[in-house]
Amino acid sequence: MRSSASNGFCAYLRRDLRLSHRRLGEAASPLIFFIMVSTLVPLGITPDPASLALVASGIIWVLALLATMLSANDLFAADYQDGSLEQLLISPQVLVMPVLGKVTAHWLVTGLPLTIVSPLLGLMLSLPEAGYLPMMASLALGTACLSLLGAVGAALTVSLQKGGMLLALVVMPLYMPVIIFGGATVQYGIDGLAWTGPLAILGAMLAAAVALCPLAIAGVLRLTSIN
Amino acid sequence: MNWTWFYRLGSPLWFYQTTTRWLPWLSLLAIVLLSTGLIWGLGFAPQDAKQGNSFRIIYLHVPTSFLALAGYFLMAAAGAIGLIWKMKLSYMIMKSAAPIGAALTFLALFTGAVWGKPTWGSYWVWDARITSMLILLFLYFGVLALQYAFHNEEAGNKASAVLALVGTVNIPIIYKSVDWWYTLHQPSTIKLTSAPSMHPDMFQPLLVMILGFYCFYVVALCLFTRVEILRRERKTAWVGELAARSSKEIESDKK
Amino acid sequence: MKFQFQDLSQMLTMDGHGVYVWSAVIVTLIIIIGLIVRPLLQHKVVLNQIAQDLAREKLRKKVTGESN
Repeated sequence: MRSSASNGFCAYLRRDLRLSHRRLGEAASPLIFFIMVSTLVPLGITPDPASLALVASGIIWVLALLATMLSANDLFAADYQDGSLEQLLISPQVLVMPVLGKVTAHWLVTGLPLTIVSPLLGLMLSLPEAGYLPMMASLALGTACLSLLGAVGAALTVSLQKGGMLLALVVMPLYMPVIIFGGATVQYGIDGLAWTGPLAILGAMLAAAVALCPLAIAGVLRLTSIN
Repeated sequence: MNWTWFYRLGSPLWFYQTTTRWLPWLSLLAIVLLSTGLIWGLGFAPQDAKQGNSFRIIYLHVPTSFLALAGYFLMAAAGAIGLIWKMKLSYMIMKSAAPIGAALTFLALFTGAVWGKPTWGSYWVWDARITSMLILLFLYFGVLALQYAFHNEEAGNKASAVLALVGTVNIPIIYKSVDWWYTLHQPSTIKLTSAPSMHPDMFQPLLVMILGFYCFYVVALCLFTRVEILRRERKTAWVGELAARSSKEIESDKK
Repeated sequence: MKFQFQDLSQMLTMDGHGVYVWSAVIVTLIIIIGLIVRPLLQHKVVLNQIAQDLAREKLRKKVTGESN
């Protein structure tokens, strides 16, 4: 018999996935944003493949970061609106597990598709061949980090009117170490160095985030869901 | 152990009264230290062999940088105390520390940029220190924005406190990451900041400036906190009396 | 310890670095003074507001008291 802790995790994971499935258009918008905005880069800078190749890794990472950040607000906003967040707070569950379930669902719906689609963007932005594998690896780990950190911001701003913009402002400095090591992973790969190094640091960040963020999120949700 | 002294610290009235007594003296000390340090540094300290006179900006850049960082930790500590002991005064201090810290961080960046132009040829260089300081400014902006967004004071206090703490945990991570990133892209070990070993003639005025800036910080923090106390405690009797007395003074001044 | 410049005008130019040093000094002074003056002004404003609110409250109580 499964413990109630993992029950909470699975229950909310399934719930959020089902909700995203019902609103597929909304769920897919970060992905579509990711793809569409990448065309702005050659339009705005240059279509020259050599120049694009220099900045491709950074651009893809920045776009992945922005896409995740824009969707972070939806993590708790809908639940806050219709009162199910309050229900979650007064339920006997240990709050950490449902929170982790929701964030995992968020990553499965935003971060994972981004990772899978990133080779397409690599193609469009002339990413050097050696960069593809490090790109996917770093995005897989990095977007998970970003989802967790974004959830902290979402919890802080859940009860506010213009929460979205404020969330971006609040969460951006926390995102910066992730993009430093994410971009470095790809750059190492392109330069032929050992890209598993920065990737390992990303992994360490993810491990710390998985351990600590749900606690912070649970604490914050209890404190700030009244305005 | 008798903890009443600690809990008395949490009384806004006590804080207000104590600062009313001590602020004039502290302000005097700050003014004396700052003007002495500034005149000493600008006029009497020897100039640097390599950088010439532009190095004198150090007397502004170093103290503001210290305080920018120390101010953030103070803000986070005040937030933590507020969360743990539910002390209103602590939250008020946290709220006051935010704009002061942000202003000082901006000053550190500005003086750094102005120092950079004659020394290395450009106003902005993405080196580890400057980039970390910029991210610190963004952290301050986040806390400031969050503070003013909440209508419910309780929730706003707690959210800002948590964000300040989350930021504190991140500051070493950010600094290490940025440092690593910078050395990755700039393999040459150019020391872009002044050498750690400074001649005493250059170091002494710096010490005076640092002390002076710390005094200034405390004065500014107390001033901001006093206003916050008045705002939040407006319904209490002592604030009412204070307001009535001050308005009577204005009336009698007018006559 | 001796004065490092020939005269005050030399101190202003600082061998060409004067623009930088003095702009840093001036901006710092402006912000520092601002950080002191602003709360002092706000202090007065807030006290005034509170006094006005109290006076209004007293007036209101007097009016409703008399109508009882």
